[in-house]
Amino acid sequence: MCLAIPARIVAMDGESATVALGGVKKCISTALLDDLKIDDYVLVHVGYALHKVSEDEAEKTLALFAEAGLSPDDEGAPA
Amino acid sequence: MTHGSGGRAMSELIEMLFVRHMDNELLRQGNDQAAFDVPAGRMVMSTDGHVVSPLFFPGGDIGSLAVHGTINDVAMAGAKPLYLSAAFILEAGLPLAELERIVRSMAAAASAAGVPVVTGDTKVVEKGKGDGVFITTTGIGIVPAGVNISGDRARPGDAILISGSIGDHGVAIMSSRENLEFETEICSDSAALHELVACMVEAVPDIHCLRDPTRGGLATTLNELATQSGIGMQIVEQSIPVKPGVAAACELLGLDPLYVANEGRLVCICAPDDADAILAAMKSHPLGREAAMIGTVVADELGFVQMQTMFGGNRMVDWLAGEQLPRIC
Amino acid sequence: MKYIEAFRDGRLAKKLAAAIRNEAAGGRAYHLMEFCGGHTHAVFRYGIHDMMPENVHFIHGPGCPVCVLPVSRIDHAIRLAEEHDVILCSYGDLMRVPASGRRSLLKVRATGADVRMVYSTQDALKIARENPDREVVFFAIGFETTTPPTAVAIRQAAAEELNNFTVFCNHVLTPAAIQNILESPEVRRIGTISIDGFFGPSHVSTVIGSRPYEFFAEEFQKPVVIAGFEPLDVMQATLMLIRQINDGRCEVENEYRRVVTREGNRKAQQLVADVFELRRYFEWRGLGLVPYGALRIKSSFASFDAEKRFAMDVPAAAEVPGCECPAILRGARKPTDCRLFGTVCRPDNPLGSCMVSSEGACAAYWSYGRFRQSVEPQKAERFA
Repeated sequence: MCLAIPARIVAMDGESATVALGGVKKCISTALLDDLKIDDYVLVHVGYALHKVSEDEAEKTLALFAEAGLSPDDEGAPA
Repeated sequence: MTHGSGGRAMSELIEMLFVRHMDNELLRQGNDQAAFDVPAGRMVMSTDGHVVSPLFFPGGDIGSLAVHGTINDVAMAGAKPLYLSAAFILEAGLPLAELERIVRSMAAAASAAGVPVVTGDTKVVEKGKGDGVFITTTGIGIVPAGVNISGDRARPGDAILISGSIGDHGVAIMSSRENLEFETEICSDSAALHELVACMVEAVPDIHCLRDPTRGGLATTLNELATQSGIGMQIVEQSIPVKPGVAAACELLGLDPLYVANEGRLVCICAPDDADAILAAMKSHPLGREAAMIGTVVADELGFVQMQTMFGGNRMVDWLAGEQLPRIC
Repeated sequence: MKYIEAFRDGRLAKKLAAAIRNEAAGGRAYHLMEFCGGHTHAVFRYGIHDMMPENVHFIHGPGCPVCVLPVSRIDHAIRLAEEHDVILCSYGDLMRVPASGRRSLLKVRATGADVRMVYSTQDALKIARENPDREVVFFAIGFETTTPPTAVAIRQAAAEELNNFTVFCNHVLTPAAIQNILESPEVRRIGTISIDGFFGPSHVSTVIGSRPYEFFAEEFQKPVVIAGFEPLDVMQATLMLIRQINDGRCEVENEYRRVVTREGNRKAQQLVADVFELRRYFEWRGLGLVPYGALRIKSSFASFDAEKRFAMDVPAAAEVPGCECPAILRGARKPTDCRLFGTVCRPDNPLGSCMVSSEGACAAYWSYGRFRQSVEPQKAERFA
């Protein structure tokens, strides 16, 4: 699998952007995506942004993990 | 550079750079050797070849690295370092300004540590055979009475301590490497640890093991000690200090901080009852403020180093095979 | 680090582990194939196997582009560097893979070949711009995640007329690999390997979307759960697979919704379609000739194709006698079944790609230590 990491866009310039992760900044290419803006989170793989990270879906996924302790019969299968 | 084949040009080089910057009485004598009296006691000697690339990196350079590295090797025996020697192999064509920068840095490091470079040598090789500069440093020191620190003294039940965060040096180096550049505030942790060690030994003379993790990171050092002592280790990931910038750089490049190089940290193994006193001594010194207990020595003939992950499961922390390289998958 | 640490929370792990134990309590065994090496890595690195009940088994698949790259392709790249004096740019993963004659990119670099490790195809382009008098070849590998970056580089080279830049293309396709495994005799007919469900690859899916897996779920009647590669993602996906298996469902579910959609990244897909086309056959180590499983550069970009610029006949490479990488890649054997494993083939002296690649099954077994039969034979057994 491919190592890819979510990082926040802090600067943009044409098809390049600078992303930040835990204080580290790296220049990457945004040639594979459209409609990006500063503060968006993107998945970075081999120096390219591959996909935007959906904040909404991330929250929902975390909520799913937290519900895991309950059995599906209790309140409907979370999946 | 036409120096290196002996003769006047060579003398001038030495005179100009090394003696001027290193500037101590023994070096000024201008002999091929340094003669001095030594205090009574057990002596320690250590030598190292330094081949770092790039030559200059955030937080240091090959010169200061060489000085710190050898001082540390001597200090890991609990010894007080006394003197250093330095032999240089220089690639013809190395800009004089770069050489001067390195020598100044070495001189500053030696001076700050109070351990002078008292003798040395320079040779020049053809371009293409030297990677810029190779420095070999040798150091000697005296071990105080009652101190017997050795890699084979770890015993089941002992505490495993670390003096500070891991992976700083490796990340600093990588951030300056070509084709890998990233911006970070992380600087190399390269430092001389002899005074920290002196504090620790004063608090508890009977420290079992000391070792400074360098290439291959903390994991390699722990495995070395485990093998030497014929024991195993159980460490706790949660307790290992890692700076956020180091963790982030490792995530980006697909590296494991446990295997990333350090140059100014030490691992200490001691009797469980001594851990608190040693930690207090470490924290009282600027180079040990983030000292922490990271695990325990266990009986294990097979010598495995195991780690309880932050996630909850247990994993093995094995030897590293070859250099850890950034990966895509 | 946002979106990272929260997905490694140990407290949530305990809840998920309990839920998995609960749902898997019916008595049957569950054989779940992690297609992607990254999932293998996560399982071992976080000790996820420690938290699984005995009847849940993870099978490692061939989703490691380094592992499936035939040795002859590395030989080819080495020859480009040595005989044509090119600047060969490569990702770190390939540098130590043993090729014929125990050589590797790293070893030939030490003897003077100009091999440079890069993090991105952008770095390779930069090298080409800075060295107009030298030929620069980028050694392209990877599944669908890594292919769009190569497509961008080729288009950029064309736009800039960077005529000293070419790509040695070895990009491979995930669905073809999955198909190949599912259709292999061991799985389909003989049934020596049972696979009850798949973890869909994390980042390949961000590019291709979840749609392509619908065919497999339907045709082969196996559930697929696309899983992120953080440990909580893997555990949640395990739970979802177990539930599907218990319910008798064969659907494609998406656990990695924060970056995977049904359609995927259309722009990236289009860029790839502009530059590459399918090869009829491509040799995959361990799987033999896989039809329509790999890409080559289209003729419209032929001047950036290293295989066209530097025509070479590279003989097929022989496997090291006794090396079980091919069978291990198919999931037909475990690393411990290979007589070279742990004896002559070790991480410090790798003979095959499964040991040298950080995601190879053999390397994973070794690094995370569960192979050591003398210590924990029962646990070692649970890895397939």
